Amino acid sequence: MQRLLTWIDARFPLTKLWEEQWGKYIAPKNFNFWYYFGSLAAFVLVMQIVTGIFLAMTYKPDATKAFESIEYMMRDVPAGWFIRYMHSTGASAFFVVVYLHMFRGLLYGSYRKPRELLWIIGCFLYLALMAEAFFGYLLPWGQMSYWGAQVIVNLFSTVPLIGDDLGIWIRGDYTISDVTLNRFFAFHVAAIPLVLIVLAAVHLMALHEVGSNNPDGIEIKKQPKDPKTGIYLDGIYSHPYYTIKDLVGVVFFLIIFSIVVFFLPDVGGFFLESNNFIPADPLKTPVHIAPVWYFTPFYAMLRAVPSFLNSQFWGVLVMGAGVVILFFLPWLDRGAVKSIRYRGSLYKAWLGVFVFSFLLLGYLGTVPVTVWGQFSGGWSDALDTKDRATWIARLLTLLYFLFFVLMPWYTARDKTKPVPERVRW
Amino acid sequence: MVKTTRRFAAVMLLAVATAALAAEEGPRLLTAPSDRLDVESLQRGARDFVNYCLNCHSAQYMRYNRLSDLGLTEKQIQDNLMFASDKIGSTMTVAMSRADAAAWFGTAPPDLTVESRVRGKDWLYSYLLAFYRDDKTATGWNNLVFPSVAMPHVLWNLSGTQRLVETEYEDSDKAQAAALATPGIATVEPAPGGKYVVKTLVEQTPGTLSPVEYQRFVADLVNYLDYMGEPVKNERINIGIVVLLFLGGLFALVYALKRNYWAELH
Repeated sequence: MQRLLTWIDARFPLTKLWEEQWGKYIAPKNFNFWYYFGSLAAFVLVMQIVTGIFLAMTYKPDATKAFESIEYMMRDVPAGWFIRYMHSTGASAFFVVVYLHMFRGLLYGSYRKPRELLWIIGCFLYLALMAEAFFGYLLPWGQMSYWGAQVIVNLFSTVPLIGDDLGIWIRGDYTISDVTLNRFFAFHVAAIPLVLIVLAAVHLMALHEVGSNNPDGIEIKKQPKDPKTGIYLDGIYSHPYYTIKDLVGVVFFLIIFSIVVFFLPDVGGFFLESNNFIPADPLKTPVHIAPVWYFTPFYAMLRAVPSFLNSQFWGVLVMGAGVVILFFLPWLDRGAVKSIRYRGSLYKAWLGVFVFSFLLLGYLGTVPVTVWGQFSGGWSDALDTKDRATWIARLLTLLYFLFFVLMPWYTARDKTKPVPERVRW
Repeated sequence: MVKTTRRFAAVMLLAVATAALAAEEGPRLLTAPSDRLDVESLQRGARDFVNYCLNCHSAQYMRYNRLSDLGLTEKQIQDNLMFASDKIGSTMTVAMSRADAAAWFGTAPPDLTVESRVRGKDWLYSYLLAFYRDDKTATGWNNLVFPSVAMPHVLWNLSGTQRLVETEYEDSDKAQAAALATPGIATVEPAPGGKYVVKTLVEQTPGTLSPVEYQRFVADLVNYLDYMGEPVKNERINIGIVVLLFLGGLFALVYALKRNYWAELH
């Protein structure tokens, strides 16, 4: 075995690669609960790829057969239902862990220097994940698949001047059709997964280059090395310590995941929407079209923005800006400290506002705009719409953006606490 | 840190609670008294489905031999639940073409294989109990759960007929209270003049089954539809229990391993 390894190492830097990327990688020893979600995201990515490969063996990307092929899988393919529920639950699980992973970045300032590029690669991963989810959601060819895709592609049709042509170019047809299904299948199973895998690898390489942040936001590489172990004072080898710890996280995740897969695979319509059990029908528009939960915060922003100068494009711009603004986070934050542990009340309050607006927007995106009733009285005509929910969504959208736009101001003004020399754990 | 986590959890809970409070529109549905483990009920439901539904409605993803899930042999399925021309491995299709059906009924009857996953058990149960006579519609039937539905009440021989009773109330609260007090299906709708009307159903003529027997009949049928929507459900739940027991044991081991490794750090 050792001889084989020596033979390989003389020709390919296998041991070097392993040691640099994980085996001898030194991480802070004070990772807490929030630090499970990075490895979990990698785990879910692998799971989605493996289950996806098996699904593709039965699935037929053909408008007349797609819906049927999935029912065939659910009934006649041995364990087909299991693979399919793993994949459909995995899609939502992916967003759950990625949102928590990103929130960890916000809590501990993991996007701050020297990790700006790491954060940006992560943002690209998030974009790719959204694209992957969007393309994949058309494939079951149910009513929500069809009309959801219709809505999203129509967003591109709102672009001034070239919009209509852009829409046709994306669909390959005048409506969502068999052609669209085939190309979405190609993107979902080949193009975007490749991008995801490459970006994930680059994300990890960038991380292992700059080193992990930690809940105290202390740079362990600036510490002296322990004379006994020869590594930074608050650092430990990720292997075996974090290998084992992440394994605990994976098993815990699998318990939660299995509860969903085996006992409530559709999660009351949140993971598998009930309308998607009706085959796609281009002639019947569902009364209420809502994307799956992970897109609803942005969908609520889109609906909240009124049309202006006869164009719906503004809503699309706002929605896009809601995602793009994440890229600028490293330069918006002027705080003296990274971690929320040493931040002042201003940042904490604004982070609370951000979380609140994101969650409430997410909820509003799942329900019709009439959910909270209407304003009465003549004065409400001036508001452009009488829907109370629309006005709340507008307010929340504003708060969402203010979290970012005002960040240079409130982080610089915030009364921070002194950061200790050593990590707390 | 614990504080931040706790605050985050509180906000999450709040959002979930708000979502749960968002009231569903439409009539308050009855709870379907069906039991996924009641094999006899499922067998009766399969029989009734084949006899009453499977003339207009197909179940084109459901194979006849899958009914062996319900404790039936292939011989029993072939003799009791199939027409002579079908093969045991074929799916439950109907002879009526969708184009003809659309011409006759206004819309083609939907395939029922996964209808329970679209509507839910309670909706189906309530729907099948909510037909009433209505001279204003083309079929002479209407439905309180699905107003102006194209489907006529094909089970009327069994159930008898019902008629609609409308009671007007001064305000929404009183109407809601009256609807809640009704044992059967009731809907509240706004009426002209700021009033509210409560719509309920009463028996007009009796059918060959008593009301209780008919409810039992519908419950069996819905039980079967629910099974057909996801035939693997019982197996899925049974496997899930074993998987969770395994993962629970694995978690204990992995956690002990982690404790052991981390104990040497200080």
